[in-house]
Amino acid sequence: MIEIEGITKRYDATTVVDDVSMVIEPRTIAVIVGTSGSGKTTLLRMINRLVEPTAGVVKLDGADNRSLPGYELRRSIGYAIQGHGLFPHRTVAQNIATVPVLLGWDKARIKARVDELMTLYQLDPEAFGPRYPHELSGGQQQRVGVARALAAEPNVLLMDEPFGALDPIIRTKAQEDLLAIQKRFGTTIILVTHDMEEAVHMGDKIAVMDAGKLVQYAKPAEILARPASAFVETLVGASERPFRLLSLGRVRDAVEKGTADGEAIPGDASQRDALAELLWSGRPALPVKGADGKPLGRVTLDGLVKRSARPA
Amino acid sequence: MPIRFDKLGVVIAAIAGCAAFAAPFATFRANRIVPGQARSILEALPPAAGPLLLAIVVTAALVALFKTPQQLRLAASVAALAALALLIGVAGTFLTPAGNTFARISPASGFWILIFAFTLLLADVLTRLELSPWARVGVLVAASAAVGLLLISGSWNDLSILKEYANRADSFWAEGSKHVTLALGSLLAAVIIGLPLGILCHRVERLRASVLNVLNIIQTIPSIALFGLLIAPLGWIASHVPGAAALGIRGIGTAPAFVALFLYSLLPVVANTVVGLAGVPRAANDAARGMGMTDRQRLFGVEFPLAFPVILTGIRIVLVQNIGLATIAALIGGGGFGVFVFQGVGQTAMDLVLLGAVPTVALAFAAAIILDAVIEMTSTRRREASPA
Repeated sequence: MIEIEGITKRYDATTVVDDVSMVIEPRTIAVIVGTSGSGKTTLLRMINRLVEPTAGVVKLDGADNRSLPGYELRRSIGYAIQGHGLFPHRTVAQNIATVPVLLGWDKARIKARVDELMTLYQLDPEAFGPRYPHELSGGQQQRVGVARALAAEPNVLLMDEPFGALDPIIRTKAQEDLLAIQKRFGTTIILVTHDMEEAVHMGDKIAVMDAGKLVQYAKPAEILARPASAFVETLVGASERPFRLLSLGRVRDAVEKGTADGEAIPGDASQRDALAELLWSGRPALPVKGADGKPLGRVTLDGLVKRSARPA
Repeated sequence: MPIRFDKLGVVIAAIAGCAAFAAPFATFRANRIVPGQARSILEALPPAAGPLLLAIVVTAALVALFKTPQQLRLAASVAALAALALLIGVAGTFLTPAGNTFARISPASGFWILIFAFTLLLADVLTRLELSPWARVGVLVAASAAVGLLLISGSWNDLSILKEYANRADSFWAEGSKHVTLALGSLLAAVIIGLPLGILCHRVERLRASVLNVLNIIQTIPSIALFGLLIAPLGWIASHVPGAAALGIRGIGTAPAFVALFLYSLLPVVANTVVGLAGVPRAANDAARGMGMTDRQRLFGVEFPLAFPVILTGIRIVLVQNIGLATIAALIGGGGFGVFVFQGVGQTAMDLVLLGAVPTVALAFAAAIILDAVIEMTSTRRREASPA
């Protein structure tokens, strides 16, 4: 659990982060959204003390993050940034091993962990381990950056626009990979982005920052349904709201009794995907199948339209 | 197939043609200081060798002129250079009257221009072949070995520059080692002082501008003026600081030369260290800090290795510059190859000037090639993907 209490950062006369308090539950993803200059990156960097706060406290599992020297604290927290920041003079395997080496793990353990992470990220350790970062594609570099951040099995992972430099297709894949890995390791993730779509998709909770202040900190559905201010409403994007709301739900949860013709949609797909399919194929209903391929029922255009309306 | 000309080859062929037919190949002088008489290729070489050399030169020039395979161009340039190197020695023997020890035979403008033309061709071929750093050093070693063999074999012994060498063999090596010690020693001192100074300038922004400005000003002082400026303070130190004179510190001699070369070396070392460290990607630095590297680990593990090629470039500039500048040290009694240059100028004996100048140029050239290769090896760090 991460408790941020009244944290403030001032540079001379400018207040970059202004009295922010929030609690991030263990094994969840909190996404900090805001425009550039809103203080979201500074807030993130105060958690691992790359930036020292002017006032306030950050507690990790109850312990003040100033109880350790900064560099030791940072070795226990994963850190991944936009443009990945891989070391160009070190191989992929050496890059991933950075923190374990700093922590003095023995060679066998480091190798086992590097191989495990590379396999997890669909990079063959034999083929990719000895390569240099510039020999990889952008998507591969990003995956190595996240693997490096996770190398020392941190409980907490800080990510600053980790998908910012990726093209849309690779970005979607990277987001799915991260969600899967978060489930697997149970890592608490704090992710900074300016993209509300990404925030709604990834976050268990979303924190909206504006001009250094925390404007709203709530579940995605809550942010969509009841934006706390005009700023949050603009950020959500009025024309996108119903679709974002649908993208939060799974088809499985919108199933009605009955049958329909045509290709079935998996129950795990998002309701937004189902709506898109209905609109595109011009049908009023789609059959839904479970993970085992058995029919679950159907999803209808009317039902989805009702679900996309503002919650009461 | 249409005949196509090579652009650089046209120039090389034109230069070679002029040099072979219109310029003198060797100069004959009755003794070492009288003006010489020019000798063309056909006059300077024995009856069979003259036409042979002309044939080789014309053939190589034709190979250069047209678009020909790189291997052929390589062979042509090497053959032409080898023929020139061997036959200038033959000319020396041929032109020296039997038993005459005063006559001096030296290579003349035509020889040097031909050497220049075919070196240009060779350099062009080697560039286009995109040799690896090791291969380039290999070429340098092979060329040095070839020159060394020619020197040992004695085939150049009748040339004027080697006659000057024969008279000064002992002092040649002594001055040579002094020259190298001066150039390398001042470089080493500049690296020992300059690297930490550069790191400090990178970390402390306020220091950067003032340090670089001072070093810039030093760089603009002409070398002879700097030697002069150093005479007074070093002389004062020698007579007032106990033990300083015993260490060899004096107003003239090696000490001021060393100090001046050191001061000139500081700017490239410090400036390139600052530029190199500033060029380290921000993201890599941020990631290093974010993952818990200490400042020292970041400096030695990330910043320094990434800045190293740029720092090496500074060291290369300094080394080449110092090898040349060390020649001036002779003016204030600092020794080095400059001794022969200034003696030669004083005696109007050009061969003696060459005895000092040629090794200096060769040393600087070799240093540049070796350091360029090292820089390339450290900066690419490309490893072939290991076969699965």
